[in-house]
Amino acid sequence: MLNISDILETINMIQEENLDIRTVTMGISLLSCCDENIDIACNKVYDKIAKRAEKLVSECEKIENEYGIPIINKRISVTPISMVASPCKGGNIVKFAHALQKAADTTGVNFIGGYSALVHKGFSGSDIELIESIPEALATTQNVCSSVNIGSTKSGINMDAVAKMGKIIKQCSEYTADKNCIGAAKLVVFCNAPEDNPFMAGAFHGVGEPECEINVGVSGPGVVRAAIEKIGKDESIGVLADTIKRTAFKITRMGQLVGTEASKRLGVPFGIVDLSLAPTPAVGDSVARILESMGVGTCGGTGTTAALAMLNDAVKKGGVMASSRVGGLSGAFIPVSEDEGMIAAARCGALSLEKLEAMTAVCSVGLDMIVVPGDTSAEVISGLIADEAAIGMVNSKTTAVRLIPAIGCNVGDTLEFGGLLGSGPVMPISNVDPGIFIKRGGQIPAPLQSLKN
Amino acid sequence: MRAVVSVIGKDMVGILAKVSGVCCEYNVNVIDVTQTVLQDVFAMTMLVDINGCTVEFSEFSAKMNELGESIGLSIRVMHEDIFNSMHRI
Repeated sequence: MLNISDILETINMIQEENLDIRTVTMGISLLSCCDENIDIACNKVYDKIAKRAEKLVSECEKIENEYGIPIINKRISVTPISMVASPCKGGNIVKFAHALQKAADTTGVNFIGGYSALVHKGFSGSDIELIESIPEALATTQNVCSSVNIGSTKSGINMDAVAKMGKIIKQCSEYTADKNCIGAAKLVVFCNAPEDNPFMAGAFHGVGEPECEINVGVSGPGVVRAAIEKIGKDESIGVLADTIKRTAFKITRMGQLVGTEASKRLGVPFGIVDLSLAPTPAVGDSVARILESMGVGTCGGTGTTAALAMLNDAVKKGGVMASSRVGGLSGAFIPVSEDEGMIAAARCGALSLEKLEAMTAVCSVGLDMIVVPGDTSAEVISGLIADEAAIGMVNSKTTAVRLIPAIGCNVGDTLEFGGLLGSGPVMPISNVDPGIFIKRGGQIPAPLQSLKN
Repeated sequence: MRAVVSVIGKDMVGILAKVSGVCCEYNVNVIDVTQTVLQDVFAMTMLVDINGCTVEFSEFSAKMNELGESIGLSIRVMHEDIFNSMHRI
């Protein structure tokens, strides 16, 4: 029989500490939708998604209701559209983005990801066409997300793509300047992109994945923070690490349960649980506040990177035993605009872009949801992408850049995105011109650690 | 399927009677009840079998929420497995 204190603990986590399932993401392969005629291909894309994900939202709502745990987002990820569009002869590739939007509207999901290209070793087929269409695609759709993988440990970094993405990110902001530059918030540039990631904006359904699957992303920074606060200030780091592990185990079990149940009800194989600690702008649901509750003062001060490294590791160790299959990004996210504590730390100047870059060497993703002045040059953005990709490439981990140049804004201003995307203070960024380095183009060779065979 | 009905709030006369009354109304069998009163806060968990429930799970759950609101308590009905999966290996 269940113990009353266990039951109350679970209820308290959900009601008071913002424990939730961040997302149930259905990955759908669109390889069967390829066609030489772009309109036929788009129709096939729409039909396949609408059919496959027909019951995704309703079944997830039933699970929420029965188990009493909120599932914040229901999402879809698809095969990178640059591959699906590859056989098309003529026609505007943005039609695919509109087909995805239409499918999102029909199925009622919150986001659909996969307007993507994988160009870590070079461009093929319709990669360039897709990348150049991203600003228009994101400006003319609401729920479509885009990602581009420009590097990997195995292949090095495609510097031509890095140069291009600096310009594309700026254009995404410019095209949506009247909507708080939201376009750039729906685009992420990856190094070592995972193929089964359920989180946006970077979710896509990799080519090695099955026809259709369910991936789950958990949340729960509030639960971890509450657990740390309970153990007091005098306990050693080892006690902190063990507490985080235990808490991560419990959080991940929720993900495993919801994923298994969703997969059973939808008749789709269960893919992975992504163990990530994903913050929201709600007070108390912040990764920065976890680091602060460990005792680093304000997030961004010295000690923050070490605290984050420990947190990230303990989350994985606790989570990995709780789930049959772990994947995606798995670790602690440090988006700025989506995390109440990060916003406060950035606003008071304690958290700088340089410190965030250091933190990305030990967290699960990268420079995420960071707002920079609108006059930041495309070359500076490319330089930052190259730096971030280098950290990922050398450390054999995923890194990403989701930067929002705030058109017409300067340091001290704030962009309000609303919802899960939160609000971002404009942060200072180095304006030293790396133009010559970026314009060289070519490929940064893969590091020695890629030669493992 | 078994579910856990949890009741949290200020202690008063008749909580158990009212909650089990709703269970009876919808043919839900009570398997086990545990309760504690910490200072003035009443906490009760009730394990119930809802296989014979005469209405949909969501409706039963909504009725319990309504009862909770009407007497100023938080009453939730959740599938047993959420607790089992979190606290049992």
